[in-house]
Amino acid sequence: MTTHADYRLSQLDELEAESIHIFREVAAEFEKPVLMFSGGKDSIVMMRLAEKAFFPAKIPFPVLQVDTGYDFPEVIETRDRWVGRLGVRLIIASVEKAISDGIVVDDGKTSRNRLQIGTLLHVIEEEGFTAAFGGGRRDEEKARAKERVYSHRDEFGQWDPKMQRPELWSLYNGRIREGEHMRVFPLSNWTELDIWHYIGAEQIEIPSIYFAHQRRVFERDGMLLSESDNVSIKPTETVEERTVRFRTVGDMTLTGCVQSTASTTAEIIEEIAASRVTERGATRGDDRFSEAAMEDRKREGYF
Amino acid sequence: MTVSGSSVPGMPSMDLLRFATAGSVDDGKSTLIGRLLLDSKSIFEDQMEAVEKTSQSRGYDYTDLALLTDGLRSEREQGITIDVAYRYFATPRRKFIIADTPGHVQYTRNMVTGASTADLGLVLVDARQGLTEQSRRHAVILSLLRVPHLVLAVNKMDLVDYSRDVFEQIQSDFKAFATKLTIPDLTVVPLSALKGDNVVNRSEQMTWYSGQSLLHHLENVHVASDRDLVDTRFPVQYVVRPKSDDYHDYRGYAGRVAGGVLKPGDEVQVLPSGFSTTIKGIDAFDTEIDEAYPPMSVTVRLADDLDVSRGDMICRPQNAPKPSQDIDAMICWMSNEPLRPRQKLAIKHTTRTGRAMVKDIQYRLDVNTLHRDQDTKQLDLNEIGRVHLRTTVPLLCDPYSKNRSTGSFILIDEATGVTVGAGMINAGS
Ligand SMILES: Nc1nc2c(ncn2[C@@H]2O[C@H](COP(=O)(O)OP(=O)(O)O)[C@@H](O)[C@H]2O)c(=O)[nH]1
Repeated sequence: MTTHADYRLSQLDELEAESIHIFREVAAEFEKPVLMFSGGKDSIVMMRLAEKAFFPAKIPFPVLQVDTGYDFPEVIETRDRWVGRLGVRLIIASVEKAISDGIVVDDGKTSRNRLQIGTLLHVIEEEGFTAAFGGGRRDEEKARAKERVYSHRDEFGQWDPKMQRPELWSLYNGRIREGEHMRVFPLSNWTELDIWHYIGAEQIEIPSIYFAHQRRVFERDGMLLSESDNVSIKPTETVEERTVRFRTVGDMTLTGCVQSTASTTAEIIEEIAASRVTERGATRGDDRFSEAAMEDRKREGYF
Repeated sequence: MTVSGSSVPGMPSMDLLRFATAGSVDDGKSTLIGRLLLDSKSIFEDQMEAVEKTSQSRGYDYTDLALLTDGLRSEREQGITIDVAYRYFATPRRKFIIADTPGHVQYTRNMVTGASTADLGLVLVDARQGLTEQSRRHAVILSLLRVPHLVLAVNKMDLVDYSRDVFEQIQSDFKAFATKLTIPDLTVVPLSALKGDNVVNRSEQMTWYSGQSLLHHLENVHVASDRDLVDTRFPVQYVVRPKSDDYHDYRGYAGRVAGGVLKPGDEVQVLPSGFSTTIKGIDAFDTEIDEAYPPMSVTVRLADDLDVSRGDMICRPQNAPKPSQDIDAMICWMSNEPLRPRQKLAIKHTTRTGRAMVKDIQYRLDVNTLHRDQDTKQLDLNEIGRVHLRTTVPLLCDPYSKNRSTGSFILIDEATGVTVGAGMINAGS
């Protein structure tokens, strides 16, 4: 902890203190919280903060992952090590299973990231979760800038921008009615750079695909996608090996990587500080369809 | 203290400034924020491209920086912004969080929300119009919310030929009005958000202005002393009991320091029970620390086995808030349904929740004129008034003027669960 001579906290310590406060508040006021683990660095940082919030006790809620079936194996390995070390219960909700159970419909056009929505809402309802922690940050996207830390969802899991509650001081209002739940975003005030500084400072283990590595990739719609069993390469596309890293992780068939030689957090921080494209703009296929894509998915109950 | 030689913005060791912006529609607030984001390189290529495209398609002959901070779709369709939006930027000196509260219908409610967490308030006025009723209202709200620093930004100086007289008139008008308010620190800056004068660099057009640029001021304004480091207040948020073999007898009280400096060995009193004990240790994750101060989140261990739970408060024996069920507070009302005497609501204060009944409404404050209307029977949406409440549980409260954490509360509609009011406790509750 970097404390200043005049009782000032560094900005990173202040963000950490705020997030820990949020975790404890939810654990104290909600009957059945759950932490949504996406596999990405943000949700790993959430696990770290939750670990700190309750130490030396264990995290008093389970971790939920919506498995698209197209997840990177490196992400699954990291997840299992984290879950093992923290001794928390892991719930896996599979999109494959949701499709075969008829909970969501795979029409061949809808992306796996999008099918996650129905799958997620189904588990929340099934398990009766009343609060779900998500790793969203307000700096990610314009539509997120107005998101609350506590984001109220109605009994259909939907987000109504007109019904969001004013959030004052650090007095969070956790009241919900039967069937409703709260999405809680403890990282609201963190930026991408803050996350990386924290990962570096705390030496947090994240999936290896965030760091530069050799990978067989091809270009599609201006994105570099990974070769895998789940994508068919079109005749016009060529696969070649390049030195790349991922800036976000998600559905392997849709998540683009960037050419990079950054192999440590310090090098990544340097790269981001100099880089000119947002995380989402660079690498998330499903965000690119319309300017308001993110907002639509939020309404439907996306993370 | 670690001093870093790197100039990467957002370095872990720098501190944080939260500020709230206020201005009437078209005073240039979005343009100013867009410029701060742009000039601090917080805007990415794809965001800038989108904004340039939209500007072109709308037939503008310049890139409208205001589009950078444009939010939700319904708002875009109406061409206006509603609510509070949070923006982030960092310079090599500081990280900034902007609570952007646009000005119109829901105005008071949004501004109160944005100002509640702000260290500094930035009020924009259009140099051509001077102080308006709305600028006065913005200053009143910032003062009520005890935002310790205020910057009056006199914008669009380019449209008044960078006139010193125009600026000085607005400055003196504002200073005259501000004597009626509580504004511990006021700075007035002449600028042009569009042209960039005095935003990041000092303007060459206004050599008569001897102060700093807006960004320079934001980077250097001293906020550490705004927090109360004297009166120890530690609201217990969560009881940590591992029930594991390694930590069999561990019992820690987790929370966020709301005031004062806590140290191991300190004699403390736990409210409302009144029992005294000493602090055995303070844990921040797996390390024991020597002192804890606002706004740290820590876990406190006590020397004696007391029955302490969420909602209790750890203080110093000679310096504790008075538990009270009769609350005298300024309330900003945020619901379409008016606040009326005898109404029952849920109340959340620090980590305590209970119920409250409205005993009476003393007066409604006209935020434009500061007039107190004592004949009022109710408080409508976006109105602020002085109210007496009776609570089911004693609140461990301080005057809001002394401590913004232990002096504030929210009111919740018990039927809908919606936050309907924000309260600031008056001295003598
Ligand atoms: N000449 C001039 N125009 C400005 C300045 N700041 C903003 N504007 C213009 O004033 C109009 C309103 O600005 P905007 O930022 O959208 O105002 P907001 O409603 O306060 O967010 C736009 O046409 C801006 O280009 C300034 O400093 N000088």
